[in-house]
Amino acid sequence: MSLVFAGVCSHAPGITGRRELADPAQCHRLYAGFERMRTAIKASQPDALMVIAAEHFGNFFFNNMPPFAMGMAADYEGPIEDEDWLKIKRRQIPGCPDLSKKIIADVMQEVDVGFCEEWKFDHGIMVPLHFLNPDNSLPVIPVNINCQAPPLTPLHRAYAFGRAVRQACDAIPERIAIVGTGGISHWPATPDSGTINEPWDRQFLDHLIHNRKADLLAYTDAATYRDAGQGGFEIRTLISIAGATEGATGEIWFYEPIPVFAVGCTIAVMTVN
Amino acid sequence: MSLYYVQKLIYELNRDPKVRACFENDRDTLLEAYPMTDEELAAIKQPDIGLLYVLGVNGQLLMHYAALHQIAWFDYLHMLREGLERYGQPRAGLYATLGETLPPGVQEIEQSGKHR
Repeated sequence: MSLVFAGVCSHAPGITGRRELADPAQCHRLYAGFERMRTAIKASQPDALMVIAAEHFGNFFFNNMPPFAMGMAADYEGPIEDEDWLKIKRRQIPGCPDLSKKIIADVMQEVDVGFCEEWKFDHGIMVPLHFLNPDNSLPVIPVNINCQAPPLTPLHRAYAFGRAVRQACDAIPERIAIVGTGGISHWPATPDSGTINEPWDRQFLDHLIHNRKADLLAYTDAATYRDAGQGGFEIRTLISIAGATEGATGEIWFYEPIPVFAVGCTIAVMTVN
Repeated sequence: MSLYYVQKLIYELNRDPKVRACFENDRDTLLEAYPMTDEELAAIKQPDIGLLYVLGVNGQLLMHYAALHQIAWFDYLHMLREGLERYGQPRAGLYATLGETLPPGVQEIEQSGKHR
């Protein structure tokens, strides 16, 4: 068994880009949650960190939108956004091509994925890495699930993808940490930015940490749009983590709505058996 | 279809410094590569962020086009609201405001009933 850590976290660009506008104590608690996750990942002694993200037209556009994409480059670059806007300095991020190819080949036994030898990370990956891999010490395997451009990746396929990742990790000796990163309810970059449906978020997180597959897969996109905004479509990334930890439960380390960050900020971990 | 090219222009501006340089130095030539309606082209050139939003440009793209024009975050949100007041609800894409009818993109999702 080589899956050594599984967790989920938020990636909203405001977390770094607008941090000075948040309540300092609340921001401190969130940042402490990220630091706790960074420490836990490090303690799990991974050989690589897989980030399952919902990127926002940084690399994948309507001309060629894969339901799933996985990186296998020697290195990556990010953030693609303006450094001053995101308040994260641009840098090279190490990849692990051989290990990535091995995992991708195994995942393909169950789920069709695209692969990429070039990838510019947007805030969806860079905000988590800013906190969880600040010194570039871990090679990264980026993953994207289409949460932005309909037809969206079906939820049950996101769950199946997570299972396939787990199966691939279990087949290799290398130690892999995975982090799913997406918003729960939010209306990012819209006139309703800052709206957060906290009861909806808490119910979703309860389903997630108890790994209630039927409840997680029962959400429809129309209902999610109505109750959780278009940002809610990013639950696919979190559902993939439920798939990767099927049968296991988890724990919420941090959840607080932070409107200026436009999302209910979340840090949670799943038990890895 | 031309909404596709409006968004493609912004996508390429966001990820390619050479496209950004061309946008600065030879904008008209660059824009010839992206077939748009007169309304879209005017909104891009001005830029009219509120109209671009109403035309259906995805906010995840549009917020960076605003940042490219040095428009601060809260000014960007204000421009979206002004756009809704001036031009009405979004005509395409995934975006609508709370309490309004499902936008066209989500209506398609609802009708597809693909989730098993």
